[in-house]
Amino acid sequence: MSSTQHEWPLWEIFVRSRQGLGHKHVGSLHAADAEMAIQNARDVYTRRQEGVSIWVVPADAITASSPDEKDVLFDPANDKVYRHPTFYQLPDEVNNM
Amino acid sequence: MSPVEMNLEARFEAYVAEDKKIEPKDWMPDAYRKTLIRQISQHAHSEIVGMLPEGNWITRAPSLKRKAILLAKVQDEAGHGLYLYSAAETLGVTRDQMLDDLHTGKAKYSSIFNYPTISWADIGAVGWLVDGAAIMNQVPLCKCSYGPYARAMVRVCKEESFHQRQGFQIMLTMAQGTPEQKALAQDAFNRWWWPSLMMFGPSDADSPHSGQSMKWNIKRFSNDELRQRFVDMTVPQAELLGLTVPDPDLKWNEDRGHYDFGAIDWDEFFNVIKGNGPCNKERLAARVSAHERGAWVREAAKAHAAKQAERRAKSSTHAA
Amino acid sequence: MTEAQHLQAILRLGDDALVLGQRLSEWCGHGPILEEDIALTNVALDLIGQARNLYTLAGSREGQGRDEDALAYFRTDREFQNHLLVEQPNGHFGDTVVRQMFYDAFALERYAFLARQTVDPDLAGIAAKAVKELQYHWGHSSQWVIRLGDGTEESHAKVQESVIALWGYTGEMFMADDVDVACAEAGLLPDLEGVQRAWSVRVADGLSQATLSQPEDGWMQRGGKQGIHSEHLSYMLAEMQVLPRTYPNATW
Repeated sequence: MSSTQHEWPLWEIFVRSRQGLGHKHVGSLHAADAEMAIQNARDVYTRRQEGVSIWVVPADAITASSPDEKDVLFDPANDKVYRHPTFYQLPDEVNNM
Repeated sequence: MSPVEMNLEARFEAYVAEDKKIEPKDWMPDAYRKTLIRQISQHAHSEIVGMLPEGNWITRAPSLKRKAILLAKVQDEAGHGLYLYSAAETLGVTRDQMLDDLHTGKAKYSSIFNYPTISWADIGAVGWLVDGAAIMNQVPLCKCSYGPYARAMVRVCKEESFHQRQGFQIMLTMAQGTPEQKALAQDAFNRWWWPSLMMFGPSDADSPHSGQSMKWNIKRFSNDELRQRFVDMTVPQAELLGLTVPDPDLKWNEDRGHYDFGAIDWDEFFNVIKGNGPCNKERLAARVSAHERGAWVREAAKAHAAKQAERRAKSSTHAA
Repeated sequence: MTEAQHLQAILRLGDDALVLGQRLSEWCGHGPILEEDIALTNVALDLIGQARNLYTLAGSREGQGRDEDALAYFRTDREFQNHLLVEQPNGHFGDTVVRQMFYDAFALERYAFLARQTVDPDLAGIAAKAVKELQYHWGHSSQWVIRLGDGTEESHAKVQESVIALWGYTGEMFMADDVDVACAEAGLLPDLEGVQRAWSVRVADGLSQATLSQPEDGWMQRGGKQGIHSEHLSYMLAEMQVLPRTYPNATW
């Protein structure tokens, strides 16, 4: 008998390392429920004061873009260089614009 | 191989050649995936089995400060096991499958942990030598081609840096302590030196997976290269401690710019891997027992979570 | 409150923390799942940290040159004055979390008071740090008792047994002796009747959420605070103290 179906669900963990920064993905862990996931995340991923806030997300609730679509999704932005401020050459006098 | 697969394979090879990272959902050759699963899960198993020889002295640590340090260190190893299992899980294997493989003896773990820790000085020697060798092996992995593994290793290496230092400090305190303490330190060094050299794996000539792993950027230096580096680094540290390296053939080779050292007993190495080490049975039995004794606890938490979810669903239907 | 009683009160706090921390540290490497192994070790580390602070304070108040290790490693079981509850063996995971929940509910009340009192500001400082840790411990232990009680039939039966087996060790925490009375009158320690009321509410709520029944208050074991322990403590100390006692001249 395989024991795989007995496993607790996997959670993805996001930690805000200090006020003012966004939550960043730090890893994953197993927990039976959300509350346990938060407690475990605190013990696993913030033992060295790495965080001030934690998000836990069931891994199967995440929808990811497919790597096969990488070209289709992201290449079209390549030639839109006019979206970057450095595209515009202005006189030195207004250099701080 | 179909043209599409050839295309994918070419793209993969090109990525790795350019030192780019492969991420979980990217296409990868089956053999690459299998090699990674084998290596990462072995690595994870080594972390959690590695908790046992050091855990053996937590309740007997000779000061409260040492007790706290050792607890935090062994706890880190649990954390490292967890990061690594998670990295392996991104490749489509579950932690339960990996644990099954460990418990049934199908998967291996670092054979160094099949040696006993019979005195407090062993805790120093393990930190200094075993963690030292592990760091040497692990630092290059921070740059390996598989993203989740590399990221886990960055975390591991960052946390690991205090482990070797605390081990060395134990050795230093004992080597400078009473004659009895110094004797314990030398005795521990004698027993852990050779097994530590074995941690880098068989000689390059006898290492079956090395070539392919180097090509895939999973492995970046050969076993013998890393072993030499470890010896060169450790011998001066032993001198500082005033301890004698238990190898009569050890001497500095001016021409090579490295230490020459004696022959490793590979017969012992392969026997420990095969299960004949002093503690193979105890280590595995301890892991299996913890897992089995925890089964009802894991079941209960799952059952409770299911009940709670059901209650929430019911109350939200009522509310609506 | 005499100076000796004041000192004794601090030592008792340290002994509870150390003995329970030592017990929990036995779990390290043997937990039911990796995540929980890490969690239990965190609780053990907090408790050992509390013990170190308390012993250091006690040693400096005593003024005889004893440091945290002298107090931890060179006192006998008759000199340890922890409650019997905390020295009870780990048993299975359910036994451990029930023991923890009973202690946490007690320690939370006690330390909340200690953090507020002004008789001993040093002790208040140590307690203020401990209160945050204990709140976390309580959340952890009570949540686990609820999961196990309201989990499977098997876990419910097991943890109900734990509650019954450990209940007889809870009463001692509220039996005031001379030291407790004198320190409470001086405003250093809380009045134990008040602690008991708060403890009972907390524990009753936890047990009810866990669908567990609360045993009747029968005979309560006692003696820890007077240094008369169960058979378990001297084994624990033998193990814990072996190195410093074998090599009394060594430093580590």
